Amino acid sequence: MTEMTYRQALNETLRAELKRDDNVYLIGEEIGVFEGSYKITAGLLKEFGPRRVVDTPIAEEGFTGVAIGSAMLGLRPVIEIMTINFSLIAIDQIVNHAAKMRAMFGGEVSVPIVIRTPGGGGQQLAATHSQNLEVWYAHIPGLKVVAPSNPADAKALLTAAIRDDDPVLFLENLGLYNLKGDVPEGEHVGEIGRAAVVRQGTDLTVISYSRGVVTSLEVAEQFASRGVSIEVVDLRSLRPLDRETFCASVRKTSRAVIFEDDLLSYGIGAEIAATLGEGVFDWLDAPVRRVAAAEVPLPYAKPLELAAMPDADALTKVINETLAASAFKPGSTGGVTNG
Amino acid sequence: MTDTKRPTRAKGTVKQSTESAELLREFYEQMVLIREFELRAGEMYARAKIGGYCHLNLGEEATVVGLTAALRPTDYLYTTYRDHGYALARGMDPGAVMAELFGKETGVVGGRGGSMHMFDLAKRMMGGYGIVGGQIPPATGAAFAIQYRSKAGKDSEAVMCMLGDGTTNIGAFHESLNLAGLWNLPIVYVIMNNRLGMGTSVEHASAEPDLYKRGSAYRIEGVRVNGDDPIEVRDAALAALETARVKRRPSIVEAMSYRLKGHSVVDPARYRSKEDVELAQENDPVPAFRAKMLKQKVLDEKAVDAIHAKVDAIVDKAVEFADSSPDPSVSELFERIYATPVPNMPHSYPGDPVVVLS
Repeated sequence: MTEMTYRQALNETLRAELKRDDNVYLIGEEIGVFEGSYKITAGLLKEFGPRRVVDTPIAEEGFTGVAIGSAMLGLRPVIEIMTINFSLIAIDQIVNHAAKMRAMFGGEVSVPIVIRTPGGGGQQLAATHSQNLEVWYAHIPGLKVVAPSNPADAKALLTAAIRDDDPVLFLENLGLYNLKGDVPEGEHVGEIGRAAVVRQGTDLTVISYSRGVVTSLEVAEQFASRGVSIEVVDLRSLRPLDRETFCASVRKTSRAVIFEDDLLSYGIGAEIAATLGEGVFDWLDAPVRRVAAAEVPLPYAKPLELAAMPDADALTKVINETLAASAFKPGSTGGVTNG
Repeated sequence: MTDTKRPTRAKGTVKQSTESAELLREFYEQMVLIREFELRAGEMYARAKIGGYCHLNLGEEATVVGLTAALRPTDYLYTTYRDHGYALARGMDPGAVMAELFGKETGVVGGRGGSMHMFDLAKRMMGGYGIVGGQIPPATGAAFAIQYRSKAGKDSEAVMCMLGDGTTNIGAFHESLNLAGLWNLPIVYVIMNNRLGMGTSVEHASAEPDLYKRGSAYRIEGVRVNGDDPIEVRDAALAALETARVKRRPSIVEAMSYRLKGHSVVDPARYRSKEDVELAQENDPVPAFRAKMLKQKVLDEKAVDAIHAKVDAIVDKAVEFADSSPDPSVSELFERIYATPVPNMPHSYPGDPVVVLS
């Protein structure tokens, strides 16, 4: 194990995959000479040259489509879209093309691309640069969407995504890049499509992904000091969605709160809550609650931005309300089974 | 004033063909195959054997045949949704193409794509695309892959990307041209100018209606050719492909053509004037090429009849094959979508429970 930041984990994974396979190349705006808007690709142009690290003009639709076409011929491009907000300019190529080609062409061709892109607000970047649009892509059959929450998973899932023969949207978060964690050395390939129980607990399950997992773990730690045992499920993969893992967790704890960075209505949490309604109805001791972003274009002013974003306080409040709704007493065994 | 009419055949470009009689007969046969196949597809649509959208290459046969004749088997072709003729000319089996229109398991892509999505990796027919302009960035990416992997030279692979006149106004076209120009990619963009979007004319859609000039902002050269002459089309395509192979430069070929019928089989084209329809019929490339070949004695009436009989039999057989083929199995609904299986892939039909816990 080596301790490193999420940013370093991504950088080292890209380096390792560029070394491993000549078909892997990086493409995006300002990734070479400028070394990436968030410095994820620092040093790679110098090491691998302009054939493997391709700086593009500002043309998201064009270069995303170029990457898709090159993947049809067997190359394995890793696209950087500077932020997920700009992916909207490329969405026709991602949704109408990359996601559809294999099915629409009868399984005769595959499109092994990775789109790396950070989402998330909280940096005072205002409405157009602070969105969490991952659910748009998680909605689309033909795509895979992963959202690692820590440096080790970043390495494991980026490696898996690059070696996967399908188009994968790899969600990063501006607030995670400096997060430190232990990362296994050498080959470390994750499995797309599996959630993880990242903290064991018995009284309530918090389900989250990406940056939300960090907050969830902090809040769980706070509750532990009060004698409340919180389990945290990290979805890691938004498509496919590992329904079984979070349903099994809630069958154990009987209470669920979903903590998500995206907007409340029609969000990731809505899908999870609906799944829980069907999969664990008889086990629930309280209504499933969601903590998500306020439904406004995110404002610039710091107090307004903070008010709109889901945070530890909001999660703590909703956990308390959920416990209260089921007359929870610390120390009692969770999970009254009615089923 | 701009000239959006077909180019005149003046300036000494028309001469007694120096092509072999065999090649000219082959061209005629391919044009007739596309014509008869498309007419039959229209009939089958009217009989509800074919569903969805159905766009025919009627009136564009000479361009389709000329372009595909210029391609080598190692070249890649990306087309629009008006793609049946290209599939046939690229050598795909007419029965499998018709079966695809019928939505059958024996179709070129197993009935998953239909009219707009003919595809055959082995023949490097890289797809018909339904979103206008959507094929242009991926086609440019195929050229990028060629550049990534191989050196320029006479043996280089190249890409041909079809698009319609209306598509020259879309952002994807301009972004792609910029990238192809910037990166010296081996691609030929062919604009099939049939002078109409669905019903919107080139003059109403393009601030530069001389479409072959639209690459000038990217230093990409373009030529305009008579799309009714398969030889002229082929020669322009050969030259452009040579530039792609040897110089690794993109170029534009604009083929002037007339759509004989509506935008799709359900479009009666009431927006077209009587004169315009008459002009299209007068310039119909199939009888025009036949008349020329008869005049040049490349063909006689008997040979023409023999070609038509042969093509009729091929098309009859294609329809018979399609009609008697099985539907795709609904048990395979979730197959062929992902290339790499991972845990928790969705397999629920409507009404199935979303989660079944052990």
